[in-house]
Amino acid sequence: MNEIIYKKTTGLTDTPLSYCPGCTHGIIHKLVAEVMEELGLLNKAIGVASVGCSVMSYYFFNCDMQQAAHGRACAVATGIKRVHPDNIVFTYQGDGDLASIGIAETIHAANRGENITVIFVNNAIYGMTGGQMAPTTLIGQKTTTSPFGRNEADHGMPIRISEMLATIYKAAYIERVALTTPRAVKKAKESVRKAFTYQMEKKGFTLIEFLSTCPVNWGMTPLQAMKWVDENMAKYFPLGVFKDVGEQHE
Amino acid sequence: MSKVLMKGNEAIALAAIKGGCDAFFGYPITPQNEVPEYLSKHMKLAGKVFVQAESEVAAINMVYGAAGAGARVLTSSSSPGIALKQEGISYLAGAELPCVIVNVMRGGPALGGIQPSQADYHQITRGGGNGDYHVIAFAPENLQETVDVIKGAFDIADCYRNPVMIAVDGLIGQMMESVDLDRENPKRALAKKDWATVGKEHGGRHVINSMHLDPQKLEQHNLKLQAKYQKVINNEQRYELINVKDADYVIVAYGTMSRICRSALEILAKDKIKVGILRPISIWPFPVKAFQELPSSLKGILVAELSLGQMIDDVKIANNGKYPVHFFGRVGGMLPEPEEIVQAVKKMMGGKNHE
Repeated sequence: MNEIIYKKTTGLTDTPLSYCPGCTHGIIHKLVAEVMEELGLLNKAIGVASVGCSVMSYYFFNCDMQQAAHGRACAVATGIKRVHPDNIVFTYQGDGDLASIGIAETIHAANRGENITVIFVNNAIYGMTGGQMAPTTLIGQKTTTSPFGRNEADHGMPIRISEMLATIYKAAYIERVALTTPRAVKKAKESVRKAFTYQMEKKGFTLIEFLSTCPVNWGMTPLQAMKWVDENMAKYFPLGVFKDVGEQHE
Repeated sequence: MSKVLMKGNEAIALAAIKGGCDAFFGYPITPQNEVPEYLSKHMKLAGKVFVQAESEVAAINMVYGAAGAGARVLTSSSSPGIALKQEGISYLAGAELPCVIVNVMRGGPALGGIQPSQADYHQITRGGGNGDYHVIAFAPENLQETVDVIKGAFDIADCYRNPVMIAVDGLIGQMMESVDLDRENPKRALAKKDWATVGKEHGGRHVINSMHLDPQKLEQHNLKLQAKYQKVINNEQRYELINVKDADYVIVAYGTMSRICRSALEILAKDKIKVGILRPISIWPFPVKAFQELPSSLKGILVAELSLGQMIDDVKIANNGKYPVHFFGRVGGMLPEPEEIVQAVKKMMGGKNHE
């Protein structure tokens, strides 16, 4: 007897992913899709694609999708969720979209306690447009618009979204995760599951921040990029749970 | 049947509820604040959605989300706020999402002032956002017409899957008039929103999107939109002709300006000067058809606007060089006395002020 021990999640369509080799967007897509499949949410989920590398994620997630203007995913998600409070609504956004042009929409969606789940992909750079400096670019990191490396005097410090959102009373669950080891990937999946479960329980705003790689624009091999996340990004952007209303109530 | 005395902005809000509005997303700005104030109470009481957004930019994108999810959605603002919403309006038009947008216009440019104005005409009729698109736009002149237009606007938006804008000026928003809120608009046959994102369990996977990276596909999408706009141009031109049949001169004016021109007509009639009014009710599509009804003996057209000459472009296109076109305008929130219109007409008769 042959036994199926692994198959592709039904949470993703058959459209080939548009991401560069070695980029962790693919893993994040898979985790989100698997969680939605396992929780039985694919028939009632409405996702919001953003602008950036994940602009075409509406092709990939096998559920209803809306494509939002740059930075506006949380506002679009608010509109959807308010008229369909029993559907599952999530956004999938990069750091330029969420932490720069869309930071107001993000903070206010959290502050209203919108019962949505935000998948925040932080790779410390604008990938789609060719590697410009992002609000999360590390000090010293060279990009096409910080050719001498980001410096505090000119550019300020990289913005820590999870820490900032954790200060918001109505945020229900905020966690930063990495994908640099199989163990980290498994742990990240449980975080995504918790975020969607909280939404099902109508606990409010949930956000999972992924430290993600951009080998092409970082000028590294995929393995070097993974190492760079552990050795550089995770030092400035520490992993962990920053807010969990479930824990607080227990 | 029964008439009630209401403030313009509140009548606009109540008319939206009666038009079947499911959700409102907006941000405060003078002189339209009574719209969200009224709705914050009455949408809640009716079990519908009201959200005061963090900005106009957020508000119009909430409109996008809710409209894409199949709801009848309203937002309202005033000129600088409408300017902020242009990106979202372009996305709504591009993704073919229906919604109703109220613009209670004030003087510009920039922060300008808070008094009545019609200086957003170009922004509304030319498309303030990027790309080849149009919003269907109506500019009523009194509260009854405003209420009727808003009640019917949701049907028009759904019919064409396109944003509809109601442009009134601050005067109409702020004044009180008696209105009948129960007048019925003609019924339209509306298709089920089988494109909306409401979850795959209801009829399969749907995507709301305005991006087409393949230039061939984007051109096809644009041609499809243009075909739709042509249908709107054919079917939705609205206008009123007042004393035009025997007129020697015609004033083209809309909204508050057309009301002032009505008073001017009475004064001119005493002097036995035969002047009519061509009043656009739809400003996009512009009522080109109305110009075919002007008498061939007409001696001139006066375009009167609360701007320094925006609608005059459309009048010249519709007129196509047939009659001399003259202009009168006040701006910045200044409203002319009827006598100023009378003088402008007399000046036109003297052949001066020729465009």
